[in-house]
Amino acid sequence: MPISYYIFLAVIIFSIGVTGVLIRRNAIIVFMCIELMLNAVNLLLVAFSKYHHQRMLVLDASNTTAGTEGQLFVFFIMVVAAAEVSVGLAIIVMMYRSVHSVDINFLNRLKN
Amino acid sequence: MDKFQIAFWFLSALAVFSALMVITRRNPVYSVLYLILTFFAISGHYLLMNAQFLAIVNIIVYAGAIMVLFLFVLMLMNLNKESEPQRNKYLIWAGGISGGLLMYVLIAALESPDSPKITQPGAGSIGLISNLGAKLFTDYVLPFEISSILFLSAMVGAVVLGKKGD
Repeated sequence: MPISYYIFLAVIIFSIGVTGVLIRRNAIIVFMCIELMLNAVNLLLVAFSKYHHQRMLVLDASNTTAGTEGQLFVFFIMVVAAAEVSVGLAIIVMMYRSVHSVDINFLNRLKN
Repeated sequence: MDKFQIAFWFLSALAVFSALMVITRRNPVYSVLYLILTFFAISGHYLLMNAQFLAIVNIIVYAGAIMVLFLFVLMLMNLNKESEPQRNKYLIWAGGISGGLLMYVLIAALESPDSPKITQPGAGSIGLISNLGAKLFTDYVLPFEISSILFLSAMVGAVVLGKKGD
């Protein structure tokens, strides 16, 4: 597969995530769209790590671990996303308890 | 068109379709279920690129843990009725057009006539668990340990935020 197919797939999924953030008002859906964008970036990182691995093999056949860093970055992105989701959902639950809605238009009521 | 290409197109179509379903369904529970489908499609892409460790971790962490957390919170909030009020139609159109324009600009900017191919399935072993584990526990052991502290702080923060009353 050409690398550009993976780029286009990641761009399409990322744009769908951006559109979801723009058109939805449910805070949980907005949060899920952020996860969608993170996954698009992860897919692109893995594709480019494979690409880098292949190009480095052409230059130096003994270098069999080039491109490992890209996949480790994906692993760390997943770690950070898991931590972010736990804290973010706790904040949304707290907001729901105080205003009984997850509509992001009610977020400005946090100041009262 | 060999099996690899058929799998690639099928997984791509599945990922894009279920991602569209995520942002268009009114019921949030359906959105979560379609997001799980998207994650499975992306895990299939990882498998096609022989990144087996990431494919499994993606299913375990995203589809297994994070999405179950989302489902728990949704069902805790009792939002599984049509609770999202109708938004201004012009704003929806504006959002859709903005997202489409972003996609158009990125694709137009990144398009190249003869893009190089990446490897076929089964080629390259950087995604296997032995290679990733060796790298993770030699060169990247400090970020790995720091991420455990990040998890601990996130856990404490979530418990403090979620506690009822104070």
